[in-house]
Amino acid sequence: MSRPALCILIVLGLVAGPGLADGFLTPLGSIAADQRTHLIRVTAITMIAVAPVLIGVPWLLWRYRRGRKGPYRPHFEFSVPLEFVMWGVPTLIIIVLGYWLWKATIQLDPSDPRGPDPLQVQVVGLDWKWLFLYPREHVASVGTLVIPVDKPVQLQLTTDTVMQSFMVSALAGQIYAMPGMVTRLGMRADRTGTATGENTQFNGEGFADQKVQVAVLSPKDWQDWMDAARAGPVLDAQAYARLARRGNLADARKTLGIADGPLRLRLGDDGLFRHIVQRYHQGQGVSAAQQPGAPGYRPQGEGS
Amino acid sequence: MSPWFGRLNWWVTPFSDAIANPNTNNLVAAGAAALVVVGALFTLYFLTRRHLWGRLWHDWLTTADHKKIGIMYVVLALVMMARAVIEGVIMRGQQAAVLHGGFLSADHFGELFSTHGTIMIFFVAMPLIIGLINIAVPLQIGARDVAFPVMNQVSLGLTTAGAALVMVSLVIGKFSTGGWTAYPPYTEAVFNPGVGPDYWIWAVVISGFGSMLSGINFAVTIYKLRAPGMSYMRMPLFTWTALCTAIMLIYAMPPVTVSSLMLALDRNLGFHFFTNDLGGNMMNYANIFWMFGHPEVYILVLPAYGVWSEVASTFTAKTLYGYTSLVIATMAIAVISYTVWLHHFFTMGQGNSVNIAFGIATMVIAVPTGVKVYDWMATLWRGRIRMTVPMVYLTGFFILFVIGGLSGMMLANPTIDYQVHNTLFLVAHFHNVLIPGVLFGMLAGIHYWFPKVFGFRLEERLGLWTAWLWIGGFCLTFLPLYVLGLLGMPRRMPSFSDPAYAPWVLIAGFGALVLLIAMIMLFVTLWVSARHRDRLAVPLGDPWDGRSLEWAIPAPAPEWNFAVIPRITAREAFAVEKARGDPYTRPTAYQDITLPKNTALGASICMAATLMGFALVWHIWWLAALGLGLIPGALIVRAFVRETERVIPAAEVARAHDAWLDAIARAAGVTRDAETETANRGLAAPDE
Amino acid sequence: MNNRMSAHLHPGLNLGPAHGAAHERSETVLFGFWVFLMSDFITFGILFATYAANTGHIGLAGGPGPGDLFDLKSIGLQTGFLLASSLTCGMASLSLKYDEGASRVAQWLVVTALLGAGFLAFEVRDFASMISSGGTPMRSAWLSSLYALVGLHGLHVTMGLIWIAVMLALLAVVGLSDRVKTRLLLFALYWHFLDLLWIGIFSVVFLTGMR
Repeated sequence: MSRPALCILIVLGLVAGPGLADGFLTPLGSIAADQRTHLIRVTAITMIAVAPVLIGVPWLLWRYRRGRKGPYRPHFEFSVPLEFVMWGVPTLIIIVLGYWLWKATIQLDPSDPRGPDPLQVQVVGLDWKWLFLYPREHVASVGTLVIPVDKPVQLQLTTDTVMQSFMVSALAGQIYAMPGMVTRLGMRADRTGTATGENTQFNGEGFADQKVQVAVLSPKDWQDWMDAARAGPVLDAQAYARLARRGNLADARKTLGIADGPLRLRLGDDGLFRHIVQRYHQGQGVSAAQQPGAPGYRPQGEGS
Repeated sequence: MSPWFGRLNWWVTPFSDAIANPNTNNLVAAGAAALVVVGALFTLYFLTRRHLWGRLWHDWLTTADHKKIGIMYVVLALVMMARAVIEGVIMRGQQAAVLHGGFLSADHFGELFSTHGTIMIFFVAMPLIIGLINIAVPLQIGARDVAFPVMNQVSLGLTTAGAALVMVSLVIGKFSTGGWTAYPPYTEAVFNPGVGPDYWIWAVVISGFGSMLSGINFAVTIYKLRAPGMSYMRMPLFTWTALCTAIMLIYAMPPVTVSSLMLALDRNLGFHFFTNDLGGNMMNYANIFWMFGHPEVYILVLPAYGVWSEVASTFTAKTLYGYTSLVIATMAIAVISYTVWLHHFFTMGQGNSVNIAFGIATMVIAVPTGVKVYDWMATLWRGRIRMTVPMVYLTGFFILFVIGGLSGMMLANPTIDYQVHNTLFLVAHFHNVLIPGVLFGMLAGIHYWFPKVFGFRLEERLGLWTAWLWIGGFCLTFLPLYVLGLLGMPRRMPSFSDPAYAPWVLIAGFGALVLLIAMIMLFVTLWVSARHRDRLAVPLGDPWDGRSLEWAIPAPAPEWNFAVIPRITAREAFAVEKARGDPYTRPTAYQDITLPKNTALGASICMAATLMGFALVWHIWWLAALGLGLIPGALIVRAFVRETERVIPAAEVARAHDAWLDAIARAAGVTRDAETETANRGLAAPDE
Repeated sequence: MNNRMSAHLHPGLNLGPAHGAAHERSETVLFGFWVFLMSDFITFGILFATYAANTGHIGLAGGPGPGDLFDLKSIGLQTGFLLASSLTCGMASLSLKYDEGASRVAQWLVVTALLGAGFLAFEVRDFASMISSGGTPMRSAWLSSLYALVGLHGLHVTMGLIWIAVMLALLAVVGLSDRVKTRLLLFALYWHFLDLLWIGIFSVVFLTGMR
């Protein structure tokens, strides 16, 4: 492909992309917005080192092609000023970028919810759906994450199967979720709207189905949503054990008996998340029959 | 489960799946398996029909000659590349077709991306670099062979055994769906009790041993077998990069062997290194694996950098600019590459300080890499550039690799990585550095050194077409993936539903077809060149007006490489001699030359290791023990062999060498204008 | 080629110029073997690191710990056996260097093998008793790491014993040829390396475990 065509392709992508799908190029919150700014900055600075190659190589190939009359210096093998520039300019760039990297990483600490008194949401990755628990509100939701606008949110994540990675790119970066361990992710949405999230760490057949619908609601709408959930069926230990079986959202609907509308339930046990994490630290093995996500998993005999 | 056959039974082939349920997915799988079986049978038939077994055994499978072993490595790589490229095309095809339903099951797609990655890294890229180093380094340093020629054979055998296991997995059983990295706990027995992860484990462990032994071999060769007068700072750059690569191989292969064997212990004996329960820690696997994984990619790219140094100076008719800087940069890259592994899992939840430290270290590698690129550009400056096939690949490298470097700088920032980790942005980045970096470097190296081992050049026009197809195909296939990654599309996805992704996925699918054509053109180039080898022959040995030692011997290079080991007095020794007017001096005296005798050790260990690996996968314990026992058994038998060397009498060496020198004296050299024409018999005339 | 006629070509015991070509030719092979041992060092290093990462209460997973399972007297005996075998291996190397003849070399090798076998016997006995008190490698990550680290070392010792057997056969069949001499030097390097690893193991695993 010729270089002009290549450039057009990249420009097209960068221009058209944001209008078509949601991601951190169309951020819904300040975290993703800051990540985007950082990306642009890093690109711009690194281009100082890259542009001379993109421009210089075609020029060199044309100017010094064999057959052209002009200077030929077959023994030119060292030049002190050139060495200073070649080593020095990239080093300076790295120093600048290193400083920004340091600042940005601290400022955009993934576990930081950007505000006081965050809403606590516990996230359990299952095969192949996400379970969201709101312990203080006594609500559970499968496949849908609702958060109030303008409020810091603190997610605590784990899985009950294998390593997964939770990301809502319009709001924040991703974080791995691992069984027996708890990771933390902070989010904060600046305006109401919807976004999608996903699992980015391959975990089997239904990996492509493991999406999240994120709804950023006004405080009143969020309260109504929570009230409606508490009026619905209960997620108790038995229901959870059946939910944890391998399957996607459609399977979860059948398991929980909720044919349409959001998959929201009343949370029967506020300590469910802690039990899920602690299950792997009881000093006894978790057999295939007891392990959600395993082909041999059998929900009876499951306890929280 | 039986004691004689382990968990093997009649229903483990894609043939039985396709018979039971003939949907598109199963037919694709059965078709692939059929190709392997038919290909193997055809090869056996062909060898038998043409009575080639004897020659195959005596000239190739039992030789300890580094040039032949190098050729076999490259052949292995090209065969495996055919499979892995087709797998890439099928995956891109599935994604392009998925909005209309697609044709692959999610599991099959999982196997495809796992084999694609595993094969490309372990059975295409590694054999390519090890093959080229095998071919070129002893010639560049004035040695007769590598330090341990028989161990060289064993390395090839072990690598081939790993490749064989991956090929067998296409026919018997299934491969892992855990990716080339095989992260637990997904690959633990509780989640994946089948044979897939076991195939991965044993292919990687067995071939990993082979690669580590190659690293030892090359390092000792370069340390101990350089011609007299060739100090370290007089070695060609390719040899420098080979030395750093070799040292890295020695220190990077043990981690992956350990992590894979620990996974094997978990799976087979119920240990708890990485399980969910009883104290297992999957984060440990990530750390150990990437302690291998990161140096591994620099192992792959450093020899390519070495090729660029050779190509840039040869095809511009200039001394390489910045030799010392390039050496320091190479060593810096090698050392720093061991300090950055955590950037492969910034998102695993460790604290900011750790992420910052590794992020900055990752960016630091850009400095020596950039210096190398600028040094090669300075080599082009005020040169006389000839756009031969290797130079076209170098051009593709210059323009495309720095884009990969740019995306690498972005990924080095944890902040950005949190958004694009495990998306197609990451996939675009690593293909962007692997293809224009490693693959183009290896293809350029093949074109460059092919005449030295085979005695004839490759067809230039076909080669140019191939190069441009690789470049164009790469752009169409992988540049759209950057966009898709920024839009949030994860990697390893058999399907997607967001229509915004569709146009980019389609372009990438088309690009994959272009890459397939490029690969076919590569094979066509090799085939047609072989058929025209008389017209393309360069027996006098120096088709490119080369600057280093390997061009001062005949082509194909004789078994003993150098009739008389030269004494070196300068860098770019051959160019210096040519400039002085006294290349090709006739030696005053010849000595007997001692070379290793042929041996079946490498081939035996290959067969034993393949048997052992297969048996371990299928839990056929008696066969695994037998295969394992045969390996030290073969070594012990070898220990008792007394006659391990043969002597080539000085008279025979003299005869061959004098004949060649006479041919040179009789011949008229060609200037670079006739470089790609029949008149070029391998003697360079001064180019003024 | 490096044309060094000095008396010492490589670190470790040199045969000396009196052994002629064997002295020269062994240099490259021994250098290569040192390099291989460095890779083995990395392998054990990773196992050490894994072991150390698993000594906390999560790694122990409520199962038996060092206090429950380690028998320091046995470890002490094993250490004694292995260190003594290193001494006798050194004696074998010296008798090789000073031309005391194939049978003297063989005698020292036999003693080395017996001491090595003694080491292994106590180690196997320890493993058996740990297993019978519930300390199986399947019980916890700590136990898995313990068996992997100590077990891999034990496997290396076993391979060393097989190597001694092969050397004894070679000495009987071929005698002290140049290649056999080189292999004896390689074996000695290997055996001393195993001793060094054991010192690491008994410090990091057994002594610190008992704190």
